[in-house]
Amino acid sequence: MEAQVVKKKSYLAEYWAYNKKEAKKNRVLCLFTLPYFVLFTTFLVAPVLIAIYLGFTYFNIIEPPQYIGWQNYIAMMTADDIFIIALKNTLLFALITGPVGYLLCLGFAWMVNELTPKVRAFMTLIFYAPVLANVWIIWKIIFASDQYGLINGFLIRWGFITAPIQWFENTNYMPSIVILVLLWSSLGTGFLTLIAGLQNVDRSLYEAAAVDGISNRWQELWYVTLPYIRPHLLLAAILSITSSFGIGGQITALIGYPSQDYILQTIILHVEDFATTRFEMGYACAMATLLFILMVGSNKLAQKFLMKVGR
Amino acid sequence: MAKRGKRLNRSRGGDIVMFCILAFFACFMALPMIFAIGSSFKPWSELFTFPPTLLPRRWTLNNYIDLFQVMSSSWVPFTRYFFNTVFITVIGTAGHIIVSSLCAYPLALYRFPGSKFMLAVVRLALMFNPTVLAIPTYFILSSMKLVDTYWAILFPAFGGALGLYLMSSFMGQIPTSIVEAARIDGAGHWRVFRTIVMPQVKSAWLTLIIFQVQALWNMGVGSTNTGNVVYSEQLKTITAVLQNITQGGIARQGIGAAITVLMLSVPIAVFIITQSNIIETMATSGLKD
Repeated sequence: MEAQVVKKKSYLAEYWAYNKKEAKKNRVLCLFTLPYFVLFTTFLVAPVLIAIYLGFTYFNIIEPPQYIGWQNYIAMMTADDIFIIALKNTLLFALITGPVGYLLCLGFAWMVNELTPKVRAFMTLIFYAPVLANVWIIWKIIFASDQYGLINGFLIRWGFITAPIQWFENTNYMPSIVILVLLWSSLGTGFLTLIAGLQNVDRSLYEAAAVDGISNRWQELWYVTLPYIRPHLLLAAILSITSSFGIGGQITALIGYPSQDYILQTIILHVEDFATTRFEMGYACAMATLLFILMVGSNKLAQKFLMKVGR
Repeated sequence: MAKRGKRLNRSRGGDIVMFCILAFFACFMALPMIFAIGSSFKPWSELFTFPPTLLPRRWTLNNYIDLFQVMSSSWVPFTRYFFNTVFITVIGTAGHIIVSSLCAYPLALYRFPGSKFMLAVVRLALMFNPTVLAIPTYFILSSMKLVDTYWAILFPAFGGALGLYLMSSFMGQIPTSIVEAARIDGAGHWRVFRTIVMPQVKSAWLTLIIFQVQALWNMGVGSTNTGNVVYSEQLKTITAVLQNITQGGIARQGIGAAITVLMLSVPIAVFIITQSNIIETMATSGLKD
């Protein structure tokens, strides 16, 4: 027994000695990582850890946090009806806008990449334009509930309806409009990352593939391009998951907060509500942690799928 | 060797079909933008016509003139807000790119102890909701006495997660043989990083510039996590101020449209400059493993 302990210790000591030696050998490389490491740990990792801890406390920002164990999580599941709506909506939006938005990103990035350089730059701008600035006000004008709204205006003029439709108040239309607008603005960070990745693909690979018998653009995409840009596909998947689980601000910009009967409440909106207006920071952090776990889980799933690409 | 610009495995019919699909969706994507720009040139009376028009019938610059009048009547000189925004955007973008590329270099190209762990942490950090991080970040900033300084915005911007992940996934595609060759020839790490690695991943950091400029430039638009750490009027950005102006209600609708276009113009300019450079890089790179 004792011998085992001693052995364990020496393993550890050896491990540290090895790391020390490596670090000494690569002193310059260590210096390279240092500034980012310090900033990242202080301003991102530390806040995340504090937030996860706060999820287990009652914290109203004024008094110091009190540890209450799992009570926030229990309250979330049993006592908060709106949270259940928010959870359902978040999953629904993520399930639709996540994969569809991701495929749109990939599809458009690939098609845009086929164009000649000048046209490509122009097209990239057009497709990225919805994300470049907050132009939600445009959709508000298009779907405005009075007769000044673009769609209502045309529908009345062509005689389909006589009274304007209340797009943002009618619970039948709201979810589909929101999803439409979300898809419209989904060609964001992931889209640009994929374009940059596609432009980095080594041209000689295509020539080699053509010699090896790849005969059309679909085969080329599946067997050459996608496997080569796999790291970027993984990154785009993470970005797509963050944005599709993080839907909230867009809904507020479109239809205001809160939506009719909280029918479009999402977890993010619920978190923001509790963090910034009700000052129940502990509860907000608990919800954010749960959302985080959901996102990590779906990212694992997405990675599994992406590993099969090109096989 | 195929001629540059002409690609293998492409049928003419397929090209045409694809272009039509793209053009159709491009119209759909661009329509609201055109509407936004058109609205900013509409006279007040036309903003509420029925049915609304895409472009103004009578073009006018009144919205912009009104906007500049409102701007010039603020008690902190407007140039100050403008300086703040430019300063934060430029320093925040440059700092993030330098710091995260420096860190990505050893993680992606060398067997560096703990590199896998570090990348996993970065990946996780990308997924945490920023709203609840506002309060912990505020605690940390205030314990370092950084609240209400430029650094309260800049330091968190430097340490963002996206840059490292993006840079390391692009650097991972550089053939290690070329880096090794340079090392054997006696180039130091700094030199390899500057003259070999960074030019190879130009498209990555040009893309990162867009993300970072966009995030910092639009900061203050409905963002809770950075709006709270700076509250002196002298340190506020142009975005926050312009947002206050639009909250004046219906009489300010015209100014609001002008502001939307004004806010759009800078990210679009940066976007055009960086995107045209991405294309140049790819024409000159011919690296083979």
